[in-house]
Amino acid sequence: MSKQKITVLQLYPKDMNIYGDHGNLLVIQRRLEWYGYEPVVIHYNVGDVFPDTVDIVIGGGGQDSGQEIIHEDLLKIAPKLRALAEADVPMLMVCGLYQLFGNFFKTSSDKTLTGIGILDVETYGMGERLIGNIITSSEDFGTIIGYENHSGQTFLGPNASALATVIKGAGNNAKDAHEGARYKNVIGTYLHGSILPKNPRLADFLIHTAVTKKYGEFSTDLIDDLLADLARETAEDRPR
Amino acid sequence: MPHHFTPFVVIAGKAVRYAARLRGGGSALPGLFVEKISPDFIKTTLAQLPHGVVVISGTNGKTTTTKMVVALLEAHGLKVFTNRTGSNFTRGVAAALLGEIDIKGTLNADIAVLELDEAHAVPFVKAIPPRYSLLLNVMRDQLDRFGEIDATAKMLEKIAQATTDTVVLNREDTRVLRIKDTLAEQKVELFGLSDDLLAHFPSDDDMRSGIVKTSKRPEAGVILKKYTGDQATYDLAGHEFSTTLKLNGIYNVFNSAAAIALAQAVLGAAIDTKKIIATIATVTPAFGRGESLVVGGQPLELVLVKNPSGFRLGLKSFPPEGYATMIAINDNYADGRDMSWLWDVDFETLVDEGVAQVAGVRAYDMALRLQYDEVKIGHIEKDLPTALRQFIDVNSEHPKRIYCTYTAMLTLRRELSKITKVEVIS
Repeated sequence: MSKQKITVLQLYPKDMNIYGDHGNLLVIQRRLEWYGYEPVVIHYNVGDVFPDTVDIVIGGGGQDSGQEIIHEDLLKIAPKLRALAEADVPMLMVCGLYQLFGNFFKTSSDKTLTGIGILDVETYGMGERLIGNIITSSEDFGTIIGYENHSGQTFLGPNASALATVIKGAGNNAKDAHEGARYKNVIGTYLHGSILPKNPRLADFLIHTAVTKKYGEFSTDLIDDLLADLARETAEDRPR
Repeated sequence: MPHHFTPFVVIAGKAVRYAARLRGGGSALPGLFVEKISPDFIKTTLAQLPHGVVVISGTNGKTTTTKMVVALLEAHGLKVFTNRTGSNFTRGVAAALLGEIDIKGTLNADIAVLELDEAHAVPFVKAIPPRYSLLLNVMRDQLDRFGEIDATAKMLEKIAQATTDTVVLNREDTRVLRIKDTLAEQKVELFGLSDDLLAHFPSDDDMRSGIVKTSKRPEAGVILKKYTGDQATYDLAGHEFSTTLKLNGIYNVFNSAAAIALAQAVLGAAIDTKKIIATIATVTPAFGRGESLVVGGQPLELVLVKNPSGFRLGLKSFPPEGYATMIAINDNYADGRDMSWLWDVDFETLVDEGVAQVAGVRAYDMALRLQYDEVKIGHIEKDLPTALRQFIDVNSEHPKRIYCTYTAMLTLRRELSKITKVEVIS
């Protein structure tokens, strides 16, 4: 019997893959396999044909130069991404693509990059870099642990809710205690580390949502996350 | 007019250096003391040198490259001052100077060859413009310290622009090569790889795109043409030379091409190609950069890993077959606090042999990384001395290899010298 397929779309791996974003893809791939599904990974880069079937979308961070390279193409595929978001497709956008999934990113040199507005957030480039280990608390996903490194500061609009509340670290900005944003099943976050390996609950949310949406039911297999638990324990004790 | 700074500073600094050695302190401590009481100390001392100052910077390979440059220049009769300890921040330079100057503050050398961390090199070259600089590469290293990779490239650009005579650049690193276009006054020399070897050197940009660029590149004065086993062939301005090497790891061997290009720039017409090749044949890697020790009659190799590209090249350079492997990951400031980089390294080459021991502060992060590449793990133990003993006991009959971050390496070397007679082949 052939396995059920789940298509994972990775946005711009060529230009937006900094800080271990590959780890998020790897975790989704492996966990799908371990749960008994067949992951089909599509690497979408500037100018590629946007696929018809997409079950999970993930995207990462980049240099400012990387954001500029992909910007125009992202605006072009925005209607397709928006339709997927409205159809409850799970997505995880980290750092650079989190910013561009918002309304705009105004750089520190006063240049404005228009975002695709799936998340009602706006980002301002600041002189100060927010760097270090970060621990947050989320109603939906429990304690989320990672590492942040960004100079853009993001503020939530009325139609976005925070992914989590910061316990240690900075999060979206240096002013409020919000970290990340959520709209339907679209999640934006500043957390690297990479985020999914050490936060399997979040990985399983993306996978579970995609599978049940497509096939109606989910695998009864269990994954041993002991190493993730122990890595989380260490991370919680490390200095900022 | 020769300018000597106050002898008191020298004597006081030397006393601190002596005291620091007694308590086994770090090499940067006495430098800090002298910097505080005489900020012009380094500048005044280095200004005395007839052949000026050489600065070597970049993410990977500074220490071994510096070692090779020093050997090449010494083979040509120059007296070289260098910051040998691998303590490559400005204070490390001050500390190294204190060990070399006489009581009047005179440095008995012809030229200074200094390895400097990118961020620390910028203020350094502002105060002391180097006559020559060698810029090796820009890779993802401790981005939590420097910000982003483009920012690191900008730092190297500043070093190049402050250089007064010749800048030596890596042709195969796009960000480094681009610096060439920002230079007007300086001479530029390039070193590079043949198209065949270039395929073994994925840059961070090519990492996920799978494209290796062999399209048209500018001519380079020194090219590493071939490298197999312990044999390397260089192309020096159209002439081919082959030699055996004591260096291991293709990144070390590529850096030998960088060292030759720099030596050519410094020595000019005085260069003797036979001496160059003979010297390169005898250079060994710097400590922890593929260094080989003997423990209980079996070889034990230490491979320093600081960033994804270095780790990938390490795994590629040293086949795991027949070796017991240990990986030790710390996250202290000097290692970089962010663990994301482990996810940019593929460990699939270790699937068949497995990893015997995982250790260090972030042992569980490393173990988790291996879990997702489905690599089997023998033991996990955060405490380095305990893990090392366990690794040596369990694998007493096998050659061993330890991949370790910087501070993990310092601890492991200290432990190795304690628990067994360590022969350093260096």
